[in-house]
Amino acid sequence: MKSIEELRAIKAKKIGDVVSRNEKGVPTINVHMGTCGIASGAREALTAILEEIETRQIRDIHVIQSGCPGMCVNEPLITVTMPDETPYIYMKVTPEKAKSIVVRHVINHQPITEWLLNREK
Amino acid sequence: MSCQCGSASKDERFVKIDQILDQNGRDESFLIQNLEQIQHILGYLPEDVQAYLAEAMGIPLSKVYGVVTFYSLFTTEPIGKHKISICLGTACYVKGAGEILAEFEKQLKIKVGETTPDGRFTLTACRCLGACGLAPVLNVNGKVFGRLTTDDIAGILAQFE
Amino acid sequence: MEFYRTHVLVCAGTGCTSMDSRLLRQNLYEEIIKRGLEKEVKVIETGCFGFCNLGPVMVVYPEGTFYCQVKPQDAAQIVEEHFIKGRPVERLLYQHEKDTANVVEMENIEFFKHQKRVALQNCGLIDPENIEEYIAQDGYFALAHCVKDLTPMEVIDIIKKSGLRGRGGGGFPTGTKWEFAYKSQADQKYVVCNADEGDPGAFMDRSVLEGDPHGVLEAMAIAGYAIGASKGFIYVRAEYPIAVERLKIAIRQAREYGLLGDNIFGTDFCFDIDIRLGAGAFVCGEETALLASTEGRRGEPRPRPPFPAVKGLFDKPTIINNVETFANVTKIIRNGWEWFASMGTEKSKGTKVFALAGKINNIGLIEIPMGTTLRTIIYDIGGGIPKGKKFKAAQTGGPSGGCLTETHLDIPIDYDNLIAAGSMMGSGGLIVMDEDNCMVDIARFFLEFTQEESCGKCPPCRIGTKRMLEILDRITTGKGTPEDLDNLEVLANTIKSSSLCALGQTSPNPVLSTIKHFRKEYEAHIYDKKCPAHVCQALLSYKIDPLKCKGCSLCARNCPAEAITGKIKEPFIISQDKCIKCGDCMTRCKFGAISKE
Repeated sequence: MKSIEELRAIKAKKIGDVVSRNEKGVPTINVHMGTCGIASGAREALTAILEEIETRQIRDIHVIQSGCPGMCVNEPLITVTMPDETPYIYMKVTPEKAKSIVVRHVINHQPITEWLLNREK
Repeated sequence: MSCQCGSASKDERFVKIDQILDQNGRDESFLIQNLEQIQHILGYLPEDVQAYLAEAMGIPLSKVYGVVTFYSLFTTEPIGKHKISICLGTACYVKGAGEILAEFEKQLKIKVGETTPDGRFTLTACRCLGACGLAPVLNVNGKVFGRLTTDDIAGILAQFE
Repeated sequence: MEFYRTHVLVCAGTGCTSMDSRLLRQNLYEEIIKRGLEKEVKVIETGCFGFCNLGPVMVVYPEGTFYCQVKPQDAAQIVEEHFIKGRPVERLLYQHEKDTANVVEMENIEFFKHQKRVALQNCGLIDPENIEEYIAQDGYFALAHCVKDLTPMEVIDIIKKSGLRGRGGGGFPTGTKWEFAYKSQADQKYVVCNADEGDPGAFMDRSVLEGDPHGVLEAMAIAGYAIGASKGFIYVRAEYPIAVERLKIAIRQAREYGLLGDNIFGTDFCFDIDIRLGAGAFVCGEETALLASTEGRRGEPRPRPPFPAVKGLFDKPTIINNVETFANVTKIIRNGWEWFASMGTEKSKGTKVFALAGKINNIGLIEIPMGTTLRTIIYDIGGGIPKGKKFKAAQTGGPSGGCLTETHLDIPIDYDNLIAAGSMMGSGGLIVMDEDNCMVDIARFFLEFTQEESCGKCPPCRIGTKRMLEILDRITTGKGTPEDLDNLEVLANTIKSSSLCALGQTSPNPVLSTIKHFRKEYEAHIYDKKCPAHVCQALLSYKIDPLKCKGCSLCARNCPAEAITGKIKEPFIISQDKCIKCGDCMTRCKFGAISKE
């Protein structure tokens, strides 16, 4: 890296992917994979998500792994962000739940509220 | 320890040790790193391995032995096929890890730190795997099991032949 | 390849098939052929959509129109209205009564509402294995700013003014530490990151390394620039394999991008980082022991001075900062010291990460502004104690700290208030205990820990903690004597004042603190031979309630000590002399007739 300009160029290229992941108009599934998450089955959930995406031939979707958001007790957690919408955080995601989330939330735009962490009680 | 010079072929383990040293370096500051990788391959650190390493790194055997016995990661005894580490960190302890450990001792009929006579399991305790959200937790061969109750133990043991 | 203007996906899952989706598909085919649309509209069978309760379901693309509860006889209308006239059939549309009203923004969830994420800002947000995502979050801009626009002393000045104090336990002002190292003259200096998170029950460093490794690398490079070091080491526990792996990836990427290595941002500044693995010794969290271990030796501490800032790694000036401290540095440079100093209390600025664990509903990692009360942490963020149990104590500072009780619920948590309350900040482990936890047992647990982890170099720690542990063992097994409490306190104070390093000096804290706040519990163990929380096995007695006992003999047949006797169909009795208190009978009894007290 020789200059700040190079850094700026990378930032400009990537910015849409991160914070405002939804700005690009692509749904994002963020699987939180810290030690707690992986131990409680985040990797299995991620595999299930990828399989489901493969089966249904979904393109234009972003699946990423990230660190722990802090609420270990509800792991595995995944965050689904649809374009221009509040992120939905699903808790205690099993592979079966993960598949349903892809189908019902990402494809059919129907969040499964009973599995949500950020749901009003 | 007998001299290896005369033997027709070099001990296979020592060949591997040489490879590790070539990769990491022979400086004293790499001692812990080297030991860790050697143990990863051999399973434990017997005396002749320590002696060979000391010679190869050009440091006294006493120093190698001192480091091996200081850190809880290192063991000089062979361990079982499956290593069970029960987390006894505070969060796990508060949530009943002591009972989990007792149940393992009961079912395996060994004490913590021991290996079953058939060499199948070694039972150890460790300090905090950092998965406190799932307390109590344990680790078998690197796989973490969480939210345990004493009822889960027979099932976990059955998974490892 | 044929081009269809419309794709119709009809669910052929089990649920929908059982509701005539096959006939629906058949009817659609027929209608499409009847109207000559077979070259324009393609009907496809798909697997289950997961909407079985609303089946049969079908989706029409490219619009993505979602129909549900479609009957075979609806086919004609759909083809006529939708495929020919382009008007979706309203009555069959899925009612988009989305539950958005129910969904709250993350920052409005009680768990997150009181938090302020600075050190954890990127954790859970970015892909830790992709440096570009970090850069998109303004990553490495702070480093660029430092090396291009600021002098080393200006960097140190910003850190000093921010009021940042070490997050690893001691709370020493970070900027001052850097200044010492800056002023030490040497041909080589080092930056060391202490990632040997030893406090059993704290896992914030692991989380930062796993979720935002570049944040630590960038801050280390900034520190290197500030003190004049060209080499950094991260000393990380081998028990954290995922953190180690992600660090390795991060270092490799940073080198590829020229953000570590020679002539960073085209300046004279060169900096590189290596990883050193800890091998499982709590004492290596102490800085001089950590340095010894990094050099490949036994992790034994040495007396200070000389401080590491003068004579550290390989006898060169060295700064050692904890992971969380580093995680704050980049944000301070980026947002300014004023921003950081605006958070927190007078002498403790910024935020602190706590690992909330134990008997609490929302176990997890939280970051709060300094000065937040324990009540907010436990009841608002933590969601209270499970099963409606009563809060008894919260242990902070791990094996070096003490406990906070109900009376401390409303004090603002910062470095100084915690010390005043007889505990300490430590690395941020916060273990909550309820009425079912025995405080004597907890004190014994911590002492057993420090006793085992004592490196053995200095006698007060090596021998003193052993004697204290023996006394506690006596007390918890019902053999305590009235002098034991006094002896514990004398020993504790001796160890505190005469041990070589912080491990020994702080090891008696859990005992002193529990004696101070829960003296009655100790006395119950010593005088009444009772454990009020029913934890200490040796002090329990198991009893059979004759009214509930059905006389099934299950307990008696399984008792390993043959301590239970009785006649079938009559109440059984446990002989207290023979009972070894294993509790087996209680777990076996199907009628809940056996209790412990």
